[in-house]
Parts: sequence; C-alpha cells; structure tokens
Amino acid sequence: MADLDDFLRTHAAGDLLSWKWQVDAAKQFRTHLARVEEAALAMGILPARYQRNRQAISVKDQLKLFRSRVAVIGCGGLGGYVIEELARLGVGTIIAIDPDVFEEHNLNRQILSTPATLGRAKAEAAAVRVAEINPAVTLVPRQEAYTPENGEELLHGSQVIVDALDSIQTRLALAKTCTDLGIPMVHGAIGGWYGQVATQFPGDDTVQKLYRRWVEGKGVEQKLGNPSFTPALVASIEVAEACKIILGEGEPLHHRKLSVNLLEVVFVAVDMEHAPSGEPGRKRD
Amino acid sequence: MRITIKLFATFRIGRFAEVTRDYPAGTRIADIIGELHIPEKEVGMIMLNNRHAEPDQELHDGDSLALFPLVGGG
Repeated sequence: MADLDDFLRTHAAGDLLSWKWQVDAAKQFRTHLARVEEAALAMGILPARYQRNRQAISVKDQLKLFRSRVAVIGCGGLGGYVIEELARLGVGTIIAIDPDVFEEHNLNRQILSTPATLGRAKAEAAAVRVAEINPAVTLVPRQEAYTPENGEELLHGSQVIVDALDSIQTRLALAKTCTDLGIPMVHGAIGGWYGQVATQFPGDDTVQKLYRRWVEGKGVEQKLGNPSFTPALVASIEVAEACKIILGEGEPLHHRKLSVNLLEVVFVAVDMEHAPSGEPGRKRD
Repeated sequence: MRITIKLFATFRIGRFAEVTRDYPAGTRIADIIGELHIPEKEVGMIMLNNRHAEPDQELHDGDSLALFPLVGGG
C-alpha cells in the first residue's frame, strides 16, 4: 500500500504519528488501525502513543512487539494487570484465556472487574478494556479453561505464555504444554503479601522444580487471600520478563526464582538450575 | 552444632525471620521443620547453604537452612 505509506510519511511529525492521523489513515484506506500501526512502524515512524516507551524500546523493538503474540492464561488478579500492561506496551496480539465470570470477591484486586462487570466473562472484559485503551492491539478472548487437551490449539503461535493461573495443578500442566510446544513461559504466583516469578525456557523444568514438593491443594493464598498490590507488582515483573523475551534483551529470570515479600520488603532470587527434579503431586513419607 | 534458620513469607508469622541455635549432632532438616510446627506439605522449597535440599538431609555445624512456603495464587 504505497499510498498508505505516503499518507503516513506526509502526516508524521518528525518520526511520530499522532493518534488522529492513525485513525484517519485507517478510515481513508478502509483498513484496520493495526495495519496502519504496522505500516508506520515498518517505515520507522512511531505512533505517538508510544513516545514514552523510548529510549527503553526503539522503533524497531516496537515493531517486534507489535508483530508478537502473547497468551495470558487467567484474566483475574495477575492476568488483568498483565493484559493492561501488554496492551499499553504495544504487543500486537494478546490471547486472553479464562472460563470464569466476575464475582464480588474479585473487586478488591482484579483490575478488569467493576460493579458493572459482575457476572460478565473475564475474557470478554479484557477485550472491552483493550479496545478502549489501545484499539490497534488485537485481543482474542477465549472464555474457556486451558487444559492439556486444548493447550496446543490455544497457545500455538504465541511467542510467550504468561501464567496468571490460580491453581498449582493447572500450572504444572501448562508448564508441560509450553515445553512440548517449545514456548517460553513466564510463571507468576501470589498469596497475601508474597509472590514469586520465574521464567521457564523450553528444555527447562523450572515450574516442575518449583512445585516438586506440592502434593495437593493451594499454597499460602488459601489462608492469606490476595490484596490489591501483590498482583499488580508480580504481574508487572511478568510483563517485563515477557518484553525481554520478545526483544531478546536483558537478563530474564532464567533458572532463577524471584521471591517477593512485601510485608518486610525482602526480594530474594533463588537458583533453580541446580534444584532437584521430581514429579509433583506424589505423597511423600 | 550451630545452625542458622531463615524463614520466608508466612513461615515468619508467630516464629522469626532468622535465628541461630544449637542442635545435637545428627539433627535432620525434617526435625527442625517438625520442631517449628510447620506442616511439611506447606514447605515449597528447602535451601541448605544456598543449595536445594531434602528433609531427610543431616545438618552440620555452621549450616544455614532456609524454608519457603508454597505460593500458588493468581
């Protein structure tokens, strides 16, 4: 579309394209905002909404993010913030997977929940929110549970999988699916003032190692619940991990688990490379 | 023998963050977990001198033991 390219070049101020012109271009060329965004980025023109991403993220990096696809498993406490941040970052396609609807006890922390969305599907709420905050991003809502059976269909083609689940058992299954599909998985979990993050690359068995002592049921979250600040923090670290994986920059939490204690403000990174392997979910003597 | 015990997250509640105590020779990690009244199924990770360890491992003078609970919410 040479005409679109000309339009964008003409209306860019320096290397920035304002939202107004992005919308005008989509109308004039009867195309999607996403198509306009990709065309602009490919020419080195940055949609102005991303100008404060620089210098952390170059125009080239922004194009990489735009062309990437991230699946978020769970749209609750962690997932809501993860989706919000991925969309503002400019990740082009987000798959939001959650079978549940919002309930009143979600309102203390789940950013996608409001009194008006009670009873509505979490995945749908994610689509509505992303359409509001960054319409150039495609959010694919999937109102269903991830299972080992549908894992390949749901996750195929994603560059990164973000774990925002609330079940250890499902997490362990997800980690195996990610390994089978060869996709990096950013693990996050929370409970009360505490949380943890680790990034598992294909070939690692970090998540299995993390939960190798797990037998059944939930962790500290069972007793402590989840206040508002822990999911926001842990989700942010997960998004930073996803961003680094997509861009191939920095040092992800590879072979490391970051353990977060907000009550006493203790952050500890624990080596996971030399952690023993083992099959979780087995009773021990 | 002197053993330093470090507790993380919820394990600190009603206990301590870090303490160094005397234990008789032959004490195992599981003995300390039991003494602290921590249900073993709540223990997510055991680190002995910054290496992963098992409950049946015996402790030695100067060892530093760290216990982390399972965290699984989202």
